[in-house]
Amino acid sequence: MRDKQNPQLNRNGELTHLLSIEGLPREILTRILDTAAPFSEVSEREVKKVPLLRGKSVFNLFFENSTRTRTTFEIAAKRLSADVINLNINTSSANKGETLLDTADNLAAMQADMFIVRHASSGAPHLIAQHLGVAGHDHIHVINAGDGRHAHPTQGLLDMYTIRHYKKNFTQLSVAIVGDVLHSRVARSQIHALTTLGVPDLRVIAPKTLLPTGIERLGVKVFNDMREGLRGVDVVMMLRLQSERMQGALLPSTQEFFKSYGLTPDKLALAKPDAIVMHPGPMNRGVEIDSAVADGGQAVILPQVTFGIAVRMAVMAMLAGST
Amino acid sequence: MPKSLPDAEKLCTDLADAMRAHVDPAKTALVGIHTGGVWVAEKLHAALGLKIPAGSMDVSFYRDDYHQRGLHNNAKTSQIPFEVEGAHIVIVDDVLFTGRTIRAAMNELFDYGRPARIGLAVLADRSGRELPVAATFCPHSLSLPDTQMLALERAGDGKLSFRLVDRDKPAEPGEAIADTESGDGGRK
Repeated sequence: MRDKQNPQLNRNGELTHLLSIEGLPREILTRILDTAAPFSEVSEREVKKVPLLRGKSVFNLFFENSTRTRTTFEIAAKRLSADVINLNINTSSANKGETLLDTADNLAAMQADMFIVRHASSGAPHLIAQHLGVAGHDHIHVINAGDGRHAHPTQGLLDMYTIRHYKKNFTQLSVAIVGDVLHSRVARSQIHALTTLGVPDLRVIAPKTLLPTGIERLGVKVFNDMREGLRGVDVVMMLRLQSERMQGALLPSTQEFFKSYGLTPDKLALAKPDAIVMHPGPMNRGVEIDSAVADGGQAVILPQVTFGIAVRMAVMAMLAGST
Repeated sequence: MPKSLPDAEKLCTDLADAMRAHVDPAKTALVGIHTGGVWVAEKLHAALGLKIPAGSMDVSFYRDDYHQRGLHNNAKTSQIPFEVEGAHIVIVDDVLFTGRTIRAAMNELFDYGRPARIGLAVLADRSGRELPVAATFCPHSLSLPDTQMLALERAGDGKLSFRLVDRDKPAEPGEAIADTESGDGGRK
C-alpha cells in the first residue's frame, strides 16, 4: 500500500513530511494548492500573522547556503507565528566533524517541531526524517528545501500554484521547461508535479550536455532546438544555469548558451501570445533570460515569489496539523 | 429533541426585524462566518439595506482545536472589503453553540484593525456554551444533545433550511469549535 511505503504520509494518509513531489498523489498536491489560496490573503492584512504555529520551533537547517530560500521559509514560519531558528551548518558543527544525524538529534533534544533542510547531497532530508522516526521523534516534521540534484518540492508546488493562478486548469496545457535540467532539482520537482497534475504536453528544452540521460522516461518530450520546443506553449519555465555545479566543459560559454537557449523576445514570440514566463530565481540576466523578457508583461517571476510564501505557509500548517 | 426544526427563512426575517432599530445602514458592516453565516449575512444585508459590502471569514487559521485536529479541509479565503479600524461590525453566524468559533472570529477581526464595536447575530442559539459569549441578536433558542448538529443548508434557489445531522462521534467537552454547524459542521 502506498500509504505504508511513502515516508511522507502518516498512518492516516496525511502529509507529515514534505520530501519530494514524486510519489505524492494528485489529491494531496491539489489540497496543498487549495490550502495555499487562503494563506495568500493573510499576507495582505494589517497584521500579517495567524496563530496556527504559535509556540512551535521551526529550525532552518541549511547545510548549503541559500539566503533567498531560507528567507522565504523564515517569513512563512513567522507569519504562522512560529519561532524560527536559522542554522547555517556549513559554517558551524559540520566543520567540527558532527554528523548529520547527530545534529538532528541535538536539535530534537531542544524540542524542535519542524526542520527545514537544505543539503548538497540528495536524500539528506529523507535520511533525517527516517532517523527521527526510528529515534522516537516522529512528531518532528521535515521539509526538504532542496537536496542535491534530487528535489525542491516547495519550489515545484509554488510553480504549480502560479500556473494554476494564471491558467486555471492543468489538463489542456503545453508547458516547456528550459535550460540546465541536468543540475536542476527544481526541474525534477516540476516534472513530477506537472505530470501528476495531468499536463498533457510537457517539454524540456536543453542542450544534450545539460540533460540527464533517460529524462524521457519521466514523461517529457525532449527538444534540443529552443525555437522548435517553444512553439505554441502556454507556460515557459526557465531554469537557472548552475555554473557553480559545473565541472568540466559542459558549455562553450555563457554567451553561446544565451544565443541558443536564452529566452529573448523573438523566441518567446513563438509561444502562445498569452504564455507566461516563470523563473525560480535568482536570475542570470543575459545568460538564460533576456532583461526585456524578465521585466516584460508576460513574466510572472515576482508573483512566484509572493505565492511561494503562501504555499510554504500551507505546507507547514498541513504538516504541523497532521495527527 | 424538538419535534420540528425552526424555519430558517422565517428566522432570517425575524433576525433582520430585531436588528433594524439597532443598525445604521451607512455605518454597520456585516461579517459572515463560512459557510452558513455568509448565507445569512447576504440575506440580512439585503433586508436591512446596508451600504457597506458584507465581509466573510473562514476562521480555520484561528481555531483552538488545530493541534488536535489539524487544518480544516477546504479553508476559504477571508474577505473583509472595508476598513476594520473604527468600524461598527456585526458578526453573523447560523448557529451559536460553544462560542469557540466566535472567539476565533473576533481574534481574526482584530488582525485587520481595531473595530469600534462588535455585535453578534445568529439565527439560533442551541445552548452548550463553553466560553462567555452571548448573541446580541438571536430570534430562536433550542436545546440539542451533543450528538446532534443543527446544519444550515441552502437550496439551488437560495432558500435556507435547517437539518439535524448526527455527529460522527460525540464531542469531548472543550474539544472543538463545533458551532460552525453548516456543511461539515466545522469538523474534519
